[in-house]
Amino acid sequence: MASKGLKIAVVGGGLAGLAATMKIAEAGHDVDLLSIVPVKRSHSVCAQGGINGAVNTKGEGDSPWKHFDDTVYGGDFLVNQPPVKAMCEMAPEIIYLFDRMGVPFSRTKEGLLDFRRFGGTLHHRTAFAGASTGQQLLYALDEQVRKFEAEDKVKKYEGWEMLSLVMDDYQVCRGLVAMNLQTLELKAFQADAVIMATGGPGMIWGKSTNSQVCTGSAISACYQQGAKYANGEFIQVHPTSIPGEDKLRLMSESARGEGGRVWVPKNPGDTRKPQDIPTGERWYFLEEKYPAYGNLVPRDIATREIFQVCLDGMGIGGDNQVYLDLTHIPAETLTRKLGAILEIYEMFVGDDPRYVPMRIFPGVHYSMGGMWVDFEQRTNIPGLFGAGECDYSIHGANRLGANSLVSCVYGGFVAAPSAIDYAKNVERKNTETNGIFDAELRRQQEINDNLIKQTGSENQYKIHEEMGKVMTDNVTVVRYNDRLQATDDKLVELLDRCKHISINDSNLWATQAVPHARQLQNMLQLARVVTLGALNRNESRGAHFKPDFPERDDENFLKTTIAEFSEESPILSYEAVDISLLEPRKRDYSSGKSKAAAVNDKKDAAKIVVQGNEEKPEGVSRESITEKEGENIREGETFNEEKN
Amino acid sequence: MSETNGHSEKKRLTNPPKTVEIRITRREKIGAKQYTETFELPYRPNLNVISALMDIRKNPVTKDGKQTTPPVWDMNCLEQVCGICTMIIDGRVRQACSALVDDLLVASGSNAITLEPMTKFPNVRDLKVDRTPMFEHLTKVKAWIELDGSYSLGPGPHMSQEVQQERYAYSRCMTCGCCLEACPQYHEDNYIGPQAIAQARLFNMHPTGKITIDDRLEGLMDDDGITNCGNAQNCVQVCPMGIPLTRAIYETNRDITVNALFGWLRK
Repeated sequence: MASKGLKIAVVGGGLAGLAATMKIAEAGHDVDLLSIVPVKRSHSVCAQGGINGAVNTKGEGDSPWKHFDDTVYGGDFLVNQPPVKAMCEMAPEIIYLFDRMGVPFSRTKEGLLDFRRFGGTLHHRTAFAGASTGQQLLYALDEQVRKFEAEDKVKKYEGWEMLSLVMDDYQVCRGLVAMNLQTLELKAFQADAVIMATGGPGMIWGKSTNSQVCTGSAISACYQQGAKYANGEFIQVHPTSIPGEDKLRLMSESARGEGGRVWVPKNPGDTRKPQDIPTGERWYFLEEKYPAYGNLVPRDIATREIFQVCLDGMGIGGDNQVYLDLTHIPAETLTRKLGAILEIYEMFVGDDPRYVPMRIFPGVHYSMGGMWVDFEQRTNIPGLFGAGECDYSIHGANRLGANSLVSCVYGGFVAAPSAIDYAKNVERKNTETNGIFDAELRRQQEINDNLIKQTGSENQYKIHEEMGKVMTDNVTVVRYNDRLQATDDKLVELLDRCKHISINDSNLWATQAVPHARQLQNMLQLARVVTLGALNRNESRGAHFKPDFPERDDENFLKTTIAEFSEESPILSYEAVDISLLEPRKRDYSSGKSKAAAVNDKKDAAKIVVQGNEEKPEGVSRESITEKEGENIREGETFNEEKN
Repeated sequence: MSETNGHSEKKRLTNPPKTVEIRITRREKIGAKQYTETFELPYRPNLNVISALMDIRKNPVTKDGKQTTPPVWDMNCLEQVCGICTMIIDGRVRQACSALVDDLLVASGSNAITLEPMTKFPNVRDLKVDRTPMFEHLTKVKAWIELDGSYSLGPGPHMSQEVQQERYAYSRCMTCGCCLEACPQYHEDNYIGPQAIAQARLFNMHPTGKITIDDRLEGLMDDDGITNCGNAQNCVQVCPMGIPLTRAIYETNRDITVNALFGWLRK
C-alpha cells in the first residue's frame, strides 16, 4: 500500500461504513475495514422502503427545507438542527450518486427516478428500488469499495470483531484491537483515525427486527472507554411485527390501511383456531378504544395499546401476540394490494394471511440514540468518529421512515473527510512506540483467557434471554419509573452473573460462545444506559412514553441525555439542543378529525391529494391509495403521521 | 367454518410428532473428519431451522444424553436477504432462516431433519463455510460501474422501466451460493459459475456499465470462464431469489460472440 497516505480504520461494513470507506479511498488514503460478517451481508440489507431526498420531480414544490422541517418535527424537536439541515440538503445528491452507481431504482415512464410517498410528509420524496432499497444501496457501495479493494486502497477484515479502542496517554484514539472470529486471534490495528459505523443495538432486547450482528457491543466498548452516549432511551418500536421464534420481522402498516383489524380472544385461554372464534367473542380493542380511528390510530398509540393488552395477559393464549386479521377481505383484493408483504408472512410463518389471521406484536426496530458526535461526526474522544445508526445525531426522539438510509450515507460522507482532516492536522505527542498497542492486546487477551477459564453455573444464552425479556417488558413502549429502577437492578444482577458463565464450547476454533459472552456484557452495559436514561427523563416525547408524565416538557427536557461510563453506574448529564433554525412547536398528528378533514386543512395537502387522485383507478378511495403506497414497505414507514 | 374460497391450502402438519430429531453433520475444524450428531427437541409450532439450532446451542446434549459442543453455523438477517445462513437441509441447498420445521416434516413424512454444510466451499466448522471465492469472482468480472468520482455530478442516465426491472432481478443476488452448490460444473476454481456471470450481466446492461463491457467479458473468457457451463440448468431452479441465471449465461455468451466478432472487425 502507498506509504504516504493516511491509514483510517472503519469499523462496520454497512451503508455508513462503506460510504465512509469509499470517500477515504477516493481521497487517496488507506482503509482497514473491519466487519463481523462479509460486508455484503450487513444489516442495511433489511431496509426496504426507500431513501428520502427532496429531488422534487413531481411538481409538488418539495424542498430540502421541507424535508428538514418534517424530520425535526417528526423527531419531536430533540435534535440539533444544523446537521439535519445539512443532511436534507445533501440528500438529493446522494440519490443521484447511487443512480450513477447503477442502483436499479424504480423508474417513471420517462425513464427518470420514481419517488413515492412515505410517513411524516406530504410529498413524494422517497426513491426506491422495488421492495429492497437497503439491499440495493448497500450492494452499490460494496461494488465501489470492491473496486478500491482491487486497487489495494482498502483492506477488508471480514470475520473480525472489534473489542476495544487503543488509547494513548493523552486519551487520544490511536487504533483498535479486534478478534478474528475463526481463530480467536487478537490483532491491534494502528490507525490515524477510527470511524465507528456499527449500527444499532437491537439484540439487547433479545428479539427485534435487527440482524444478529446488531448487538451494539463495539459502541458499548467505546462508551466504556470514555465515549459519550446520547439519548440512549429513544428506541423506536414498530407496532406490527411478526413474532418469530428467532426474530421479529416487520409487517407493514399498509395491512391495517387496507382494512386489517386487530383483535384478541375475549378469553385469553381460548384454544380454538382464530377462524372458529365468533365475532362476539373477539375483543377489537383498538376499535373499541378509538372509535374514530379504529385500527389506524397513530403508530405510537397502536404500539402502546397492543403492548398493554399483552402485558395484561390478554394476548393470544396469554402470549405476546395479537391477531391482525385480513380474512374478511376478498383474497383477490389482498393479493393485488398487499401481495409482497403477505408473501413474507407466509414464507416465515407458514400461514396464508388471506385465510388465517396474522399474529403480530410490536417489535424493537431502531435506536435514535447512539454515540455522541458533533456536527462533523467527531466523538468526544479525539481520533474517534461515528456514522449511521450507531450515532445519535439525526433522528431526535423518533425517526421518520426512509430517513435511516439517507442518514447512514450522510454520516459516512461527513465522517470520512472529517477523519482525514483530523488525521492530517493532528499534532502527535511522542507516544508512538510506548507499547500502548501491546498493552491493550494483553488486556484483551486476559479478558478472553479468563472467560475461557471461568467456571460456574450460568448459561450465557439464558442470561441473554433474561436481559431481552426484562428490557422488552419495561424499556420499550410504556415506561414506569419503578419498573425502570427494577430493570436496572436486574441488569446489575445479570452483569454480576456473567462472572459465573461457563463457556459451553470446549472447541475454541470458530466458536461463537466466546464472542457472544463478550457481546453480552457489553450489551448489558448499554442496556443500563438506555434504562437509566429513560428513568431520568420524566416526560413523554416521541418514542419515550411515561403514563405518569404524559406531556412533552420542553422547559425541563428539551435536552440531550448524555451518558458517561463509570464502573458504578452511568453518569448522566444533559446538553442543550441547537434549535437555531426552527422554533419548537407542539407535535400533534392526532387532533381527532377524520383523515380527509385533516388533510383538507392544508392547501398543499389538498393539492397533492388531487394529483394522487388523477393517477389512481376509479373507485379507489384516497385512503386506500395512501396506504397502497405502503405496499412492499417494511422499513419504518409512518403513514399515520402523514394522514393527520 | 374456515372459508378457504377454493384456495389450495398447502399441506399442513396435521399430526405433529412429540419430538423433532435434528441430525447435524459436524466437523471440528477445516480438514478434520466429518461426523453426525443427532439432537432431539420437543416439538413446538412455528419453529424454523434457526430457532431449532438456537435451542440446541443453549443446551448441546445429543439424543443419547451426551454433552457435546454447540453446533456452529452462520446467521444474520434471518429474513432471507443476507444469504449467510445457507446450508443443505434434507438434501436441498437453501437458507436455514426460511426453512420451516413444519414444512420440512410434511415434505419428508418423518420427524427428522438433516442439516449439512455446503460442499463446494471450505467447511470451516460444522455448518459454517467460507464463501470468499464468490466475492473474488465479483472482482474478477469487475462487477461495478466505473465512476469519475463520487462527488456531485447530477443524475445517472435515463433508463426504461423494462431495463430497470430486468436489472433489478439480477441485483437481488445475495451471494448465497445455492447456484454454485447445485451446479454440476462448479468445483473449486474450474468454473466461475452463474452468480458472477449474472452480476457481469447486471452491469453490462447498464448504459454506463456498457462502456467497460470488454473488461467484464474478459473476466469470463479464461479457462474457468463461461464456456464451462454444461447447461444443466440446476442453478435457476435452486436460486431463492428467482434470478434468471440461465438467461444471463445465454445473453453473456451472445455478448462475447458479438464482441469477438466486433473486435475482429475493428482490427
